[in-house]
Amino acid sequence: MTQAKESLKKFYISFFLAAAALAGGVSFYASSSPDGLEKVAEDEGFLETAKDSAVSGSPLADYGVSGLDNERLSVGLAGLVGVLVTALIAIAIFNLVKKKS
Amino acid sequence: MTLRLFSHFIADANHLHYSHLMHIPDGFIDIPTASAFGLLAVAGTAVALKRAKSEVDDRTAPMAGLTAVFIFAVQMLNFPVAAGTSGHLLGGALAMVLVGPYAASLAVTVVLGVQALLFADGGLTALGLNVFNMSIIGVLASFLVFKGAVKILPKSKSAIPLAAGIAAFASVPISATAFTLQYAIGGIGTAPVSTVFTAMFTTHVLIGIGEAVITMLTVSAILASRSDLVYGWSKKEVTLEVRS
Repeated sequence: MTQAKESLKKFYISFFLAAAALAGGVSFYASSSPDGLEKVAEDEGFLETAKDSAVSGSPLADYGVSGLDNERLSVGLAGLVGVLVTALIAIAIFNLVKKKS
Repeated sequence: MTLRLFSHFIADANHLHYSHLMHIPDGFIDIPTASAFGLLAVAGTAVALKRAKSEVDDRTAPMAGLTAVFIFAVQMLNFPVAAGTSGHLLGGALAMVLVGPYAASLAVTVVLGVQALLFADGGLTALGLNVFNMSIIGVLASFLVFKGAVKILPKSKSAIPLAAGIAAFASVPISATAFTLQYAIGGIGTAPVSTVFTAMFTTHVLIGIGEAVITMLTVSAILASRSDLVYGWSKKEVTLEVRS
């Protein structure tokens, strides 16, 4: 492997690890206040028109692992799963669409 | 975000430290409107799939994939914007500057798909609404504002994060306005469109400040270490006049 390729790989690994640390660790400290849309829906009286998603029973629904009571673990693990699944899908898609050399 | 969580918050205000996101859930917008925007989302994604080839090659394909991963992660980090209100990154501007508009649209769509299917964040029938607002309108607005900002700002590398920040700031209330349009066409709620517009716009101007800060910091950091991987700096079609 050339030096340039090695350095590129290092950058990509760091970028991935930064995302994993944010989703797996920092996410625990996120604000739990309703976000902009939810707050507006609440204030304007249409929040109750929301319906449960068909996948609301997902073991990862609402960024927690169902059955895991420790919140730090629950949200962190959900975040890590999300990071891995997003990586697998996104990298597969971009490998399919990229310009072949 | 499900009703279960909404009621949970009302029942237990001390239940903090919950990673808290929300895209449009099912039910806010009627099915015909959601379906029409679903078709627009599919059409837009098809165009992005076709055109992303011009932006992504062997070297940058992992960058595009990891940009999606980074956006997923940062979207979990809700930040407070006003009393009792939080915001989170949308990511369209950040992705656009890093990997180009078509790849950015795909990256944000992957994030929204994973969130809706795995985390029940954003409804399934509402997925097209969310993709339209964030992957299409958010990215398109970012692209146009970024191009305009790059033209006006000094032609230097240090102007790129600022242009990215301006694009990020503008893209959030614009995406929020796309929601208001959907609400105007097919909203189930009874609040007048003008009130919803004002509330959505002003709240998302505040969230746009956070979007701009996160986008500027991230673009600055990557420009400093690997400017060759930043589309908004390295691609001549966007920053033709910038590079001498």
